[in-house]
Amino acid sequence: MQVTFKILRYNPEKDSEPKYQEYTIEASLNMTILDCLHRIKWELDGTLAFRRSCAHGVCGSDGIRLNGKNRLACSTLLKDINFKKTITIDPIPAMPIIKDLVLDMTDFYDKYTAVKPYLICNTPPPADGERRQSNEDAEKLFESAKCILCACCTTSCPSTWTNENYIGPAALLKAYRFVFDTRDEAADERLDIVDTPDGIWRCHTIFNCIEACPKEINITWHISQLKKAVSNREM
Amino acid sequence: MIHNFDVVIVGAGGAGLRAAVEMPKRFSCAVISKVFPTRSHTGTAQGGVCAALGNEENDSWLDHAFDTVKGSDYLGDQDAIEIMCQDAPRAIIELEHMGMPFSRTPEGKIGQRKFGGHTKLENPNDPNSKRIPVKRACYSADRTGHVMLQTLYENCIKNNVTFYSEYFLTDLIVEDGICKGVAAIDISTSEVHVFHAKAIMFATGGFGRVFRITSNAHVGTGDGCALVYQAGLPLEDMEFFQFHPTGLWRLGILVSEAARGEGGILRNNKGERFMEVYAPSVKDLAPRDMVSRAIISEIRAGRGILGSDGTYYIDLDLTHLGKKLIDEKLPEITGFARTYLGVEPTKECVPIQPTAHYAMGGIPTNYDTEVFADNSGKKIKGFYAAGECACVSVHGGNRLGTNSLLDIVVFGRRGGQKIAEYLKTAEHVDFKSNPAEKTKEKLSNLLTRSGSEKISTLRRELQENMMDKCGIFRNEADLKQMKEIIVQLKERYKNINVEDKGTVFNTDLMEAIELGNLLDIAETTNESALDRKESRGAHTREDYPNRDDANWMKHSFISMDGQGTKINYKAVVKTRFEPMERKY
Repeated sequence: MQVTFKILRYNPEKDSEPKYQEYTIEASLNMTILDCLHRIKWELDGTLAFRRSCAHGVCGSDGIRLNGKNRLACSTLLKDINFKKTITIDPIPAMPIIKDLVLDMTDFYDKYTAVKPYLICNTPPPADGERRQSNEDAEKLFESAKCILCACCTTSCPSTWTNENYIGPAALLKAYRFVFDTRDEAADERLDIVDTPDGIWRCHTIFNCIEACPKEINITWHISQLKKAVSNREM
Repeated sequence: MIHNFDVVIVGAGGAGLRAAVEMPKRFSCAVISKVFPTRSHTGTAQGGVCAALGNEENDSWLDHAFDTVKGSDYLGDQDAIEIMCQDAPRAIIELEHMGMPFSRTPEGKIGQRKFGGHTKLENPNDPNSKRIPVKRACYSADRTGHVMLQTLYENCIKNNVTFYSEYFLTDLIVEDGICKGVAAIDISTSEVHVFHAKAIMFATGGFGRVFRITSNAHVGTGDGCALVYQAGLPLEDMEFFQFHPTGLWRLGILVSEAARGEGGILRNNKGERFMEVYAPSVKDLAPRDMVSRAIISEIRAGRGILGSDGTYYIDLDLTHLGKKLIDEKLPEITGFARTYLGVEPTKECVPIQPTAHYAMGGIPTNYDTEVFADNSGKKIKGFYAAGECACVSVHGGNRLGTNSLLDIVVFGRRGGQKIAEYLKTAEHVDFKSNPAEKTKEKLSNLLTRSGSEKISTLRRELQENMMDKCGIFRNEADLKQMKEIIVQLKERYKNINVEDKGTVFNTDLMEAIELGNLLDIAETTNESALDRKESRGAHTREDYPNRDDANWMKHSFISMDGQGTKINYKAVVKTRFEPMERKY
């Protein structure tokens, strides 16, 4: 069958502004959108630029805006979307375009770094083994630890669109990952970082992030746990 | 642009990041990577990382070492294997201390599960009792590699490590036996950057993309190994490439051995548990080379299952494990089966086929990651390699599952320590010729030619032929044919057309350079496979079906020789494990 894509193109060396380009390819239902992008690049137009690596939803490179929704190109199959109409692909929003679907993610990574995304523990670990942690406590971290930093959540959030200083759901999820780790001793420090107008309180529980997350993480719930922790702390 | 650092690490997967964490603050260190660090392929490892912690049952590092030696089909260097297995418990505890989240035992210790080829004596007091599977793989659901990579990157942030992300390695500069630096292009501008360093570590990963069906990421094109070969240096044991038995049918996406570790069973078209025939004692938990051969043998004997496109697969049966266990312990891989094949693993079997997975061979090093210049033990000053791109050799002819994540943390750290020691007295050595020249030539050559060959067509032909002729089963006729095909593809490569002539994020150009690297990888793999006239580990010659210890208990070192290649050999290091017939 034939499928038509409309892809936002932008090459700063040539174009004054981004514009759409259409491509029609022969495709089958079980192809992923990444397969389709590859077919376009490899058979029709070698100049098309996009990021990708693992091709099965683990490395988080290929977040795109697919028919207006943030998705991983490699985790979405043609059969799961309306392929009978022209499929529109834009870069995920709210980040500067380097070329075509490739974005400058510096700001996203800076916000991730801002929450101190590493275990802080001044108490020396036991000399003879691991720190003990119940499986129940470990599993409280697993959902947040699934995050692949694809930025689909942060760039789907209306609060991000309207306020560039908002730290965003991905960074807040990372904050949760350490605040609720029983081994970590810097919860207070991290809660100080997120307890700001541009931190957790900029989250208005719109739930776009959950819809956008390719790893099916309930991000809003995790942010609400941070809000609770801040409230409890104040008491 | 020229940058000066004490040490430059190329590659930001587990090995590179672990080495970076180890670097003392007084030395300047940069990590360059063609992808943002957390996109590295380490993140796709699933089932576990092994260490004889004994958290779930009694275990010892000697059993781990024995299994690794036997799993390697006696080609692994036993001194390096002993170091790795003895250091494993410390290395895993250290990751836990760094913050890596693990699944836990009821006592709150790191959880462990069974994995292929990892065994212990059924009766520890009777050395002749049979060996049974042991819980040795430390795990975090089925995302062990993902959380390990995240944890190591987090610790790099904590340590303020300098990263050059999306810099693509284009040249390794070795002059007079001294490694002086590397050249790379900034992908976002195509600007050439030279990194002048006292020490260089390659942690550039593997090259599964040389085969058509692979679990490897698109970035797995062996750039580091290819540059070593192009610099006239040898690559070791290139004929040993592992096919993982359970890739998703047609796609090659990895389905972790943990699926079988948790009780999954392979079945043929009669529903038979055929591994009972091939490995009576450990059955589905036999090492990967054996299971992959068993699967192909079943399909060749007419016992595969016919798929919709006329190709055959084998069933991986998880249905008896129950939804709870699957959701808790195997959520990621069962998700892949649902997403990509539309199969519900709690109710249906998952169609699988072997998938190109891991390079046992690579850049020859000693157990301190120092790179060898030849088979005599001569070293290249200031050059180090660790992880999949390196051949220590701890994996020999066949790697055991979970030993790769262990390899990267053990040898990443050892490399970091060795480099720190070297840097105490090392100095920058001036380049004799312009270090950016070769890269600039390469770029202008690729960008100005107006050939007619498509990059994707050549790559596809290479991958399909490597799969057919240099894959799980090999023979002289096929390998000789493959040799001809590679010669022709290399000739056609001179005529490829890079459509994108721009300087901004030119992935077309990158793919062209990667294809050149893959062609060299294919050449070294195929030539080494043609040379080795025996079957050992993952290298199976139909025309030489037996292991031949008298003639072939040795490592191969392949290097360029004029227009062709030459192969030298190096003895395997033996400590305490006598070669035996490899039965499970």
